Amino acid sequence: MIHVSETLFAEKDNLTNAEDSFQIANISRRQFLKDAALTGLVLAAGFPAAVLADETATAKTNQYGADSMPHGWVDDPLVFVAIAEDGTVTVICHRSEMGQGVRTSLPMVVADELEADWTRVVVAQAPGDEVRYGSQDTDGSRSMRHFFMPMRRVGAAARQMLEEAAAKTWKVPVSEVRAELHQVVHAASGRKLDYGKLAKAAAKLPVPLRDHLRLKNSTEFRYIGKGKLGVYDGIDIVNGHGQYGIDTRLKNMLYAVVARPPAFGDTVASYDATETLKVHGVVRVVELKSSPPPANFNPLGGIAVIASNTWAAIAGRKALKIKWQKGPHAGYESIAYRAELENASRKPGTVVRNVGNVDATLKSAANHITAEYYIPHLAQAPMEPPAATARIVNGECEVWACTQAPQASRELVAKWLKLPEHKVTVHVTLLGGGFGRKSMPDYVIEAALLSKAMNGKPVKVTWTREDDLHHSFFHTVSFEHLEAGLDAQGKTVAWLHRTVAPSIASTFGPDNKHQMPMEISMGVFNMPYVIPNLRIENPEAVAHTRIGWFRSVSNIPHAFAIQSFVAELAATAGKDHMNFLLDLIGPARKIDPRTLSDNWNHSESPVIYPIDSGRLRRVIETATQQADWGRTLPKGQGLGLAAHYSFLTYIAVVVEVMIDKEGKLSIPRVDLAVDCGPQVNPERIRSQIEGACIMGISLAMSGEISFKDGAVMQDNFHAYPVTRMDEAPREIRVHLLPADSFDSPLGGIGEPAVPPIAPALCNAIFAATGKRIRSLPIRDQLLTN
Amino acid sequence: MITLNINGRPEQVDLPSDTPLLWTLRDQLGLTGTKFGCGMSLCGACTVHLDGEPIRSCMTPISAAENKKIVTIEAIGTDPVGKKIQDAWLDLRVPQCGYCQSGQIMSATALLKRKPDPTDADIDQAMSGNICRCGTYPRIRAAIKQASSIKESKA
Repeated sequence: MIHVSETLFAEKDNLTNAEDSFQIANISRRQFLKDAALTGLVLAAGFPAAVLADETATAKTNQYGADSMPHGWVDDPLVFVAIAEDGTVTVICHRSEMGQGVRTSLPMVVADELEADWTRVVVAQAPGDEVRYGSQDTDGSRSMRHFFMPMRRVGAAARQMLEEAAAKTWKVPVSEVRAELHQVVHAASGRKLDYGKLAKAAAKLPVPLRDHLRLKNSTEFRYIGKGKLGVYDGIDIVNGHGQYGIDTRLKNMLYAVVARPPAFGDTVASYDATETLKVHGVVRVVELKSSPPPANFNPLGGIAVIASNTWAAIAGRKALKIKWQKGPHAGYESIAYRAELENASRKPGTVVRNVGNVDATLKSAANHITAEYYIPHLAQAPMEPPAATARIVNGECEVWACTQAPQASRELVAKWLKLPEHKVTVHVTLLGGGFGRKSMPDYVIEAALLSKAMNGKPVKVTWTREDDLHHSFFHTVSFEHLEAGLDAQGKTVAWLHRTVAPSIASTFGPDNKHQMPMEISMGVFNMPYVIPNLRIENPEAVAHTRIGWFRSVSNIPHAFAIQSFVAELAATAGKDHMNFLLDLIGPARKIDPRTLSDNWNHSESPVIYPIDSGRLRRVIETATQQADWGRTLPKGQGLGLAAHYSFLTYIAVVVEVMIDKEGKLSIPRVDLAVDCGPQVNPERIRSQIEGACIMGISLAMSGEISFKDGAVMQDNFHAYPVTRMDEAPREIRVHLLPADSFDSPLGGIGEPAVPPIAPALCNAIFAATGKRIRSLPIRDQLLTN
Repeated sequence: MITLNINGRPEQVDLPSDTPLLWTLRDQLGLTGTKFGCGMSLCGACTVHLDGEPIRSCMTPISAAENKKIVTIEAIGTDPVGKKIQDAWLDLRVPQCGYCQSGQIMSATALLKRKPDPTDADIDQAMSGNICRCGTYPRIRAAIKQASSIKESKA
């Protein structure tokens, strides 16, 4: 199918991989241009980046969307597209591939507007360089949302340059020619020229101005919206040729593992490496200094064992004798901490939103209901643990890493090595899962420091599973206290929500004890419910470990609490859950999120992205209809519903559970209705929804990271179980709701299906058994003996 | 010096005999398709075939693999059943991040070789040792069924 031009791969000669097929184009910009000249990638070769007349449009005055990101977006075809004389079209993917399909979907958008034949398209991965490529932070479910239009413009501009070149060659007006599947055609004379024959001439033409671009009408799309293409890296993956961060191999490379401090803030007091140095293959032992707080993305410090292979490094680490100096968090203990959060949630906290008079209404309500919900810390646990390789040659550092944050990795490696940024190149490999963990590049810095310690020799640092579970930047731990008043008709008249959780902000400033507006906006502020009296409070919580991003972030505890609580209220009111929820949402309307105190709105414009209660209603109606909501099920079976809006996408879920006499749970079916706006690659959207559903079930059933004496108690997958084949839903049905048109704003897809799963599952358990789960994970709470 | 038979080729390795096959394949021989996921036989990412049986290479010392036929993901496509599985994986677009899929494909191939028409229970039993954090299980199940429906002569 797709063959990659061999000379594209600058690193080829340095690799000792037996397969000798470093098929991810981890090429630097410099190297790319050099090789481009060699292989005749003429569209990109030798030309400065286009200066577009309306460049000022990217000025930092814009506060929303891609404009609000550091380095914004770039839509220069000379940066993203190269066409070889044999017609091979190389498209740069500047976002990190971690399973969401971005290396298929973004280049596919370019190829579509370019009228390129997908079988002649090669995808090359950009190194970390946001000035050149625009924002590369692959998080927040926004790669397609922020780059659909820039990538369309890239493709359209390149297409128009090819058309222009053909018209000039044939000396006919450009209006008479048309690009069509890798050729430009002059219908009147029947002449045709392949892109490869036109590339050289096209490269000499100016890049068309943005307002001169002719974007396709959506009826002309060849790939966009179709979901027909295979996964770009699929063939490599099924043959074991995919190159992940952990797979990097360089000549004379050494292998390292690090013994890191057991508790966050602990440091090395002393160590004895005598036995380690006797282990066959161990080369050297190096101390990495710990950094004072705040945590930032700093490495944790510890003792590194460097060896001739990974196993020797692991064996050497086992033989280390280390005395740790206890730090301020050495007493972190999860059971006690839960009690602290619980206490905090029962006292008034900082009021972050207040409407009407909650206290008086609660007092006078016919029914005053209180419920509390707990979700422990979680670890992302991507199947590929963190890993990175670095080498330093002549004062220049090259890094190969599975990172969601190529630019941050580059900046931080430069800072830690005291090198100017242009002396650091970060090659982005495939990521064996990310889920937020690989947004935090502490492990990349470790690799650079270890290479420096070895005089620039290539060193790969690999995290074992134990390292990954012990030293992640964990999903927060949270306690959610909710109270509601129902009137005599069972209508919700008052709502109090106290949400308590250590904030991600604590990672960057230990004095940050409140959730950021961003975190509270994830599901607490922006629920579009019609409740006349409503108060949201955020009591303080002090962090004792590094808090970081986990797929869908604070939406997880917030959706769990709110969507469980709504089901509890419906049950108290004696009403059908679906009808109760629809009543709470009220009529279809577009709500300015700022009127709900949500000034964040996923960094998107509140005008372009209002909260649309009609769309929320529609996904609930679709999911329940598809799941045959209301059907009678035998004892021990039940349906549970939840709906949640996050990352600008509306999702409703109905989970069907079966619970046997022993309390063993199985999930025959899940129905998810999804309204994410236009669907660029519906096939990868479905796969993301399926996967998010399983991740949601996993965290609900068994997800828990807990601490004792400051250290994580879970070592590996026996203690931190994740959902397996036999526990996964037998059937996951994804119902995608069509958008009005491709001009509608795009929603996110990678994350938003995670949050509604846990509450839908627990609501189903309640329907099946009458047992209400308010504390996750479910684990053995259903077992009867 | 230990001689290993890997994908039909003899390979000499000079490593302590308790070195796991996984790290020998990856670090010594450059066969990085076999993945590290846990080091404790809990996740199946490191699955290879040893005399046709799926085993976890992360806990198999090379001494236990001597004089046996080792097949890794890099060569499974030369096996007609392995090829059928790979084709079904591509057709149903099973992989997301793809990291665990080497192990999944090795386990699925071993299953189909043993049971050409596996039931759901057979699939659960054979595949539940392989973790996929992306959650591709429904597609793995469907792909195994699709591959099993294609008979040998066509493969």
